[in-house]
Amino acid sequence: MPGVEGFMYPNEIELQWSVLIVLYPFLTGLVAGAFILASLERVFQVQAVKPTYRLALLTALAFLLVAPLPLQLHLGHPERSYEMYLTPHRTSAMAMFGFVYLWYLMAVLVFEIWLDYRRDIVVLSQTTTGWKRLVYRVMTLGSSNISERALHVDERVGWVITIVGIPSAFLLHGYVGFIFGSIKANPWWSTPLMPVVFIFSAMVSGIAAVMLIYMLVTWSRKETINMDCVDTVARYLFYTFIIDFSLEMLDLIHRIYESDESFRSLDFMVHTKLYMSHIVVQIVLGTVVPIVLLGLTQVLRLGEMARKRIYALAGCLTLVGIFAMRWNVVIGGQLFSKSFLGYTTYKMGLVTREGLLVAIVLTVLPLVILWVLVKLLPPWPEKNSGSLPEAVPAH
Amino acid sequence: MSITRRHMLLLLPAAAIAWKHVLAGAPEASPNYKLSEHWWGMLIDIPKCIGCGNCVRACETENDVPDGYFRTWVERYHVTDYDIENPHVDSPDGAKKGFPPTKELGGKNFFVPKLCNHCADSPCTQVCPVGATFISPDGVVLVDKKYCLGCRYCVQACPYGCRFINPKTETAEKCTLCYHRITKGLTTACCESCPTGARQLADLKNPNDPIHEFLKTHSVQVLKPYMATHAKLFYNGLDGSVR
Amino acid sequence: MTAFKDAGHVFRLVAVFAVGVMVFVGVRAFLVPKSFGQYGHYRGDALADIAARPVAFAGHQACEDCHADVLEKKKSGRHAHVNCEACHGPLAKHVDDPGSVQPPKLDTAVLCVRCHEANTAKPKGFPQVASAEHSTGLPCDTCHQPHSPAIDTGKTEETAKATTGGTK
Repeated sequence: MPGVEGFMYPNEIELQWSVLIVLYPFLTGLVAGAFILASLERVFQVQAVKPTYRLALLTALAFLLVAPLPLQLHLGHPERSYEMYLTPHRTSAMAMFGFVYLWYLMAVLVFEIWLDYRRDIVVLSQTTTGWKRLVYRVMTLGSSNISERALHVDERVGWVITIVGIPSAFLLHGYVGFIFGSIKANPWWSTPLMPVVFIFSAMVSGIAAVMLIYMLVTWSRKETINMDCVDTVARYLFYTFIIDFSLEMLDLIHRIYESDESFRSLDFMVHTKLYMSHIVVQIVLGTVVPIVLLGLTQVLRLGEMARKRIYALAGCLTLVGIFAMRWNVVIGGQLFSKSFLGYTTYKMGLVTREGLLVAIVLTVLPLVILWVLVKLLPPWPEKNSGSLPEAVPAH
Repeated sequence: MSITRRHMLLLLPAAAIAWKHVLAGAPEASPNYKLSEHWWGMLIDIPKCIGCGNCVRACETENDVPDGYFRTWVERYHVTDYDIENPHVDSPDGAKKGFPPTKELGGKNFFVPKLCNHCADSPCTQVCPVGATFISPDGVVLVDKKYCLGCRYCVQACPYGCRFINPKTETAEKCTLCYHRITKGLTTACCESCPTGARQLADLKNPNDPIHEFLKTHSVQVLKPYMATHAKLFYNGLDGSVR
Repeated sequence: MTAFKDAGHVFRLVAVFAVGVMVFVGVRAFLVPKSFGQYGHYRGDALADIAARPVAFAGHQACEDCHADVLEKKKSGRHAHVNCEACHGPLAKHVDDPGSVQPPKLDTAVLCVRCHEANTAKPKGFPQVASAEHSTGLPCDTCHQPHSPAIDTGKTEETAKATTGGTK
């Protein structure tokens, strides 16, 4: 059989979950991570990261809007996906997707963004013209109350939403980890650590993404990057990375030590089929190198230019590494036989419904949506233009 | 024997009786079938299996199984001496055309038919997000192909590799224990066509079913018992090397 | 209540959500299949859908009702427990309309070796031969009657002498 080594149960040869299912946890991970960064400022009073607050929320929203797309494209019958709302099966982690997604989208993200931007929305609904004016007017929900008290109410309610949002963000991404971690049939996936590893790697990717987007957008606006902000974000990235790396090493060491029935087959797989994606990309380039780079900035006194370059490089490597981690979990978990006697190959299509091209489009799409959102709801006060006369974050 | 017209006149009434056994259509035609009176399972007698592949072919015909996918298949094991943790296993096209001669000499060699275990605690029905796969009140794990989303979670959750996605319907599919046959008093297609009786349908709720005596007098195993799926596919003479 | 004086806009958004939830609950009542939950968390009608499939194999009982003479010959031989369709294939259509649907003629050279070709994985006591040497290319029914395959030795030697000029 081409692409098969050793023995696989006949129905196992073809992979069930494709690169789109690798992309989905990557996207929701960015959502959760970006939100946690935003909540750092809102709830934990880390003032230094305030410049990234609104940008982080918009980033989370942009990625969240795209997140269901890889799932819909993967389903055999996407037109039946509403059944998850009608008859969710209480024993299935996947069944909670629809509700957790809607809850997080509406009751957390949209609510919080609306509350934070409400003053600007009201102002814009009065100062813009044409179809934009209509859009802003709809967004005000008919209320133009931006009195001191009303804004104070916004602030208080927004604070509560953020508090609720933190466990919601963990649930949004943690359940994906549980989807894999609860499958006793698959020893590569089945571990109680899986939701925790997913959450921490999500935080790493989200923080890195917001840091990169902030640096990129600020540079493109020809503004100065707030180094205090970026240094703080990078520091949180470093700490979270240490925890994430420790968790993954714990899993690895535990597996090697216990050396159970599945170990030999999995070990062989990691050293052959997953060598590039796991050892080289995920561990070395995607985790060890960024940790060392970020560690250097913590230990040495480096100049601003050097730090910016390190952050940019570390950020990019981090995102690649976290994507590789999702790849190794999802694809890796399907490359070996449950008989532990063989391996198959993942044949990724190029222009098929679940192929590489679609994956690339779905990765770029959130950035396009973010661009639209930034135009619609500018995260920062415009110094010279007249569009947002007193646009200042509500708190 | 050639059938002449005279034969036909004699045989037609017999054919009508025969047809009573071969009912096509909804279970209204089998009004005597009560769900609560049955709890289905199957017995596989390993020492009797000759790897002929009749079961695989019969299942394919009876259930329109698409090419390249298998509701049932047969594996051939070669175990060298005491190395039971490293058997050599093959299943050429699921044994649809039987097996070529064994290349490896010596050692222990045998066949293992595989199919859905119709687990009483099935992990596949546990993970279905919408309730498209379930265990029927009479013990058969089934897929509702009008409701299935094709998310493939159940395929991932099955420890035995017996599920697949039908490329034509884009829904999950697997052995149904020939539900359309057993509810009409027939046996499964694979059991019907097995020449040696290595496969036997079993109704665990029927006190007269021969399986009860068999379970008492033989050493019987299930696949992957540590998964605690409470499989209802019982194997006689299952070697420790079998995955 | 002064506490809620300037919070009207928040209540508006909450109201939008509440309306959404109510619409969902209302629509759901229409969309959930009627038989869902009848026996468990699934569509009860699915059982009937699945059981309604027409059968392809008639089952040996149906064959024996008409072909009692073959049954007679088979029941005392080694193939007593080999069901008819194990060799003759699915014949429900033939049972339905015996006159016009005829079972295909079987080629014993291909059919018999499926079970009886020698293979080390087959149980030791099972009758198996290396067909190339055993029959030297002759179809199996030259010597064996499939419904009762045990050989009448007289006939075998006769046939063997006539066709190959020697014993097997």
